[in-house]
Amino acid sequence: MRSIHRLTLIVGAAAIAVATLAGPVVAQTTLENASAKYRQDLSEGNPADLWVARGQEMWKVPRGPKKVSFESCDLGLGPGVVKGAYAQLPRWFADAGRVMDLETRLVWCMVNQQGYTHAEATKQTFGNGSRHRSDLEALTAYVAKESDGVKMNVSLADPHVREMYDVGKKAFFYHAGTHDFACATCHAEDNVRIRLQYLPNLTKPEGAQKAYTTWPAYRVAQGETRTFQWRLNDCFRQQRFPDLIYGSDLSIALTTYLAASANGAVYVGPGIKL
Amino acid sequence: MTTRFPAVRLLGAAAAVAAAAGILYGCASAPSASEDAALTARTIAIMKASFKPKGQAGLDRLDQDETQRLCSQNAEGKLPDSIVKKIEQENLAAVKYPADGKLVGNWKEGEKVAELGQGMQFSDDPKKPNGANCYACHQLSPKQEAYGTIGPSLYEFAKKRGYTEETRRYAWAKVYDAEAFSACTNMPRFGQHHILTEQQIRDVVALLVDPASPVNQ
Ligand code: HEC
Ligand code: HEC
Repeated sequence: MRSIHRLTLIVGAAAIAVATLAGPVVAQTTLENASAKYRQDLSEGNPADLWVARGQEMWKVPRGPKKVSFESCDLGLGPGVVKGAYAQLPRWFADAGRVMDLETRLVWCMVNQQGYTHAEATKQTFGNGSRHRSDLEALTAYVAKESDGVKMNVSLADPHVREMYDVGKKAFFYHAGTHDFACATCHAEDNVRIRLQYLPNLTKPEGAQKAYTTWPAYRVAQGETRTFQWRLNDCFRQQRFPDLIYGSDLSIALTTYLAASANGAVYVGPGIKL
Repeated sequence: MTTRFPAVRLLGAAAAVAAAAGILYGCASAPSASEDAALTARTIAIMKASFKPKGQAGLDRLDQDETQRLCSQNAEGKLPDSIVKKIEQENLAAVKYPADGKLVGNWKEGEKVAELGQGMQFSDDPKKPNGANCYACHQLSPKQEAYGTIGPSLYEFAKKRGYTEETRRYAWAKVYDAEAFSACTNMPRFGQHHILTEQQIRDVVALLVDPASPVNQ
């Protein structure tokens, strides 16, 4: 377990704010329970480490109908190389003909190297308790952890990656739906909050850096370690949009925009958040 | 190609235009109007291939009305005054006042609507009433300390403006269609988009304008 001072935290007022624009009003007692649990989780280290450990174990084991391990999976730095891999993703993968983030790449390896169907590989993208654990969340946490201390360096030199960055930025300002919301509604101003929850200004490097370098993150209120794909999906839910497809081009475009905006900052995840 | 995502196959007209305009190869300088239009078309094509319907949120949620389309071009700051005027005039024309002329309901009910966050998300039960979650963005009653700051404080709203018919009509119209008064505001159009019922709007208006409402204490 890592020491507390290295954990990336949301502190102060934000820590007691689970009430968002999305949820019903959270009763005071719930807030208190949540923050008590939060403090307890901190004193015991980051529970995300359990996901990291599970992902690490899974990495080397032959899997799927073809009995191939992730050591054949190239995340951009060569087959099986995980050190620093998360900090340079998303990137263009010629073998797949797509720009991919980590999660999409893991699915690609499961399908194309291990022999799973796409449906099998994406059956449990987000975990739901101990009986429905997500291998993808564990693998993502493990690979991300291997970039702890590495500077974010997403290259936009490849034109496909550059295009995804541009699309992601456009999409960030795309207003639609019953509430007219875009990402920009909640994330384009400094120092504003929803209820008591401070919102990062993701259009500025400092905001994008602080946010991006702390995901995946253990969510105290959910008792799960969540990935960036989950984060995007849940913000689209709050935005009143439909269900963002895991690994879709839009998810990769937004990830590219935010990850590249975080360039230069040191990756310090997996984090822990209320 | 081994991937299964429709998005990669969806290189329809939009993407062809984008490629022709050189978007695929990036541009160092600010994009021209036609490049920007091509990027927008490409973004929308990708967007439409990247969601699946869930619960009450169908893919039609991605379709933009004219206000949303114009406000999405607002990324780097200001829209020209003429467009701002156009958005506000069109939305003002769309405000519907109640047939019986009754603008003010019960502030206690309005307080509940202002507190409630659920409504219109794919995770929400469409049979349950929608909330407005005004507190997500505004201070209202000073008793509720968990308020957001995306919008201005509405504490003493009518106390400051006067308990007049003008204030009541403004409050109604603002909640019904916020774009009528400030183009590309972050505030949803609760009436125009059928988020709230007419009675819920009355009750929320009461929360703002009733002299007995905690907002005006
Ligand atoms: C209606 C408001 C709203 C909209 C719209 C919204 N978000 Fe969020 N977002 C939030 C809230 C509230 C949080 C805080 C964390 C939470 O509640 O889980 C958050 C958190 C985040 C974070 C993590 C920040 C951190 O430091 O951990 C990222 C990244 C993010 N949002 C990206 C986006 C993107 C991209 C979009 C558009 C697809 C978007 N959001 C749309 C409300 C919103
Ligand atoms: C997503 C954030 C958001 C939500 C939710 C929201 N508002 Fe707003 N509201 C704003 C913003 C931003 C402004 C300032 C810009 C403008 O005038 O539109 C505003 C302005 C207003 C004004 C005009 C204030 C003035 O002095 O002229 C009123 C009245 C108002 N809101 C009432 C409400 C009520 C009532 C609700 C709930 C039914 C609500 N708002 C929900 C963001 C929001």
